[in-house]
Amino acid sequence: MRLPPFQTLLDAHGRDVHRFLVASVGRIDADDCYQETWLAALRAYPRLKDASNLRSWIFTVAHRKVLDHVRARRRVAVPVGEVPETATGRADPPEPGDDGLWARVRDLPPKQRTALALRYVADAGYEEISSVMGTSEDAARRNVHEALKRLRMEYRP
Amino acid sequence: MTDLESDLRRLSPEPELGDLPDLSQAAAAAGLLDVAYATLDSPLGPLLVATTPRGLVRLAYIDYADEDAVLEQLATHVSPRVLAAPRKLDEPRRELDEYFAGRRERFDLPVDWALTRGFARRVLQATAKIPYGATATYKQMAAQAGSPRASRAAGNALGSNPIPIVVPCHRILHSGGGLGGYTGGLEKKRLLLGVEGYSTLKQP
Repeated sequence: MRLPPFQTLLDAHGRDVHRFLVASVGRIDADDCYQETWLAALRAYPRLKDASNLRSWIFTVAHRKVLDHVRARRRVAVPVGEVPETATGRADPPEPGDDGLWARVRDLPPKQRTALALRYVADAGYEEISSVMGTSEDAARRNVHEALKRLRMEYRP
Repeated sequence: MTDLESDLRRLSPEPELGDLPDLSQAAAAAGLLDVAYATLDSPLGPLLVATTPRGLVRLAYIDYADEDAVLEQLATHVSPRVLAAPRKLDEPRRELDEYFAGRRERFDLPVDWALTRGFARRVLQATAKIPYGATATYKQMAAQAGSPRASRAAGNALGSNPIPIVVPCHRILHSGGGLGGYTGGLEKKRLLLGVEGYSTLKQP
């Protein structure tokens, strides 16, 4: 298996992965997820069997780190007195440079959020979204569609 | 495309303007930085320097060799875990600076011979023992590597030296006193010998 130098992956996809993570977990946690994503990728890299689509592979790793992150956040979540208004049970405080629309995206169910981030941040097609998320192409389409529908109900530009 | 979709694209997170989080420190701490490299300037032009946890593994003249090709070579023959890590190369940078300034006659950097093998490795390891300011011939190096009649093969081994300057193949000359060859250009060989006080002016 001939693999390119790892640095070429980092140069080619580092910025897109970082943007994807900012969209998925917010600016504050993105740096940690970024570090964890690339370290996990670096660890697994020499054993990689198929180097034909390294971009999808690195986004798959990033997607798993987002799921880990969401699970960890749930575990440490402090019970609140009021019923949360958002789907994941938490509302992030506004962050510097944040905007309403993507803050709403982060409150979507994880699969919808990831599908949307891949589509509109990483410019992924449905085939790539399905490969990254390990679903069918139909499911990828549905996730994006459901996310848009939900946002449309709440979003006023 | 709907307004919502175009807003999602327009308002998506901007690429970071500054540097992204540096991976090389954490990679090294986790034992995953198999090959660290950096480029640096020298009186001989830009150099690519690469180290492994065992030592200096590659030094390349990137005005002569293609940088991408050098990194490919490292990925294929040492490990694909190749990362730019300028801070990991501080020690080689310091020693090279001192050498070019005439303040260092011997490199203290350990060498990783991973990119060499067999006869070529023996030739290069013998070459590494030639002291500063001294020279030897291709024939002598062939003999030291165990094949006295293989001076042409010794020349090939020296021509593919993965760590020039530090493994001083520039100190190997023709028996008649001619400069011989140098991968990267004879000008570099003249300059290196000049740094070491060996006059090449009288040589043909």
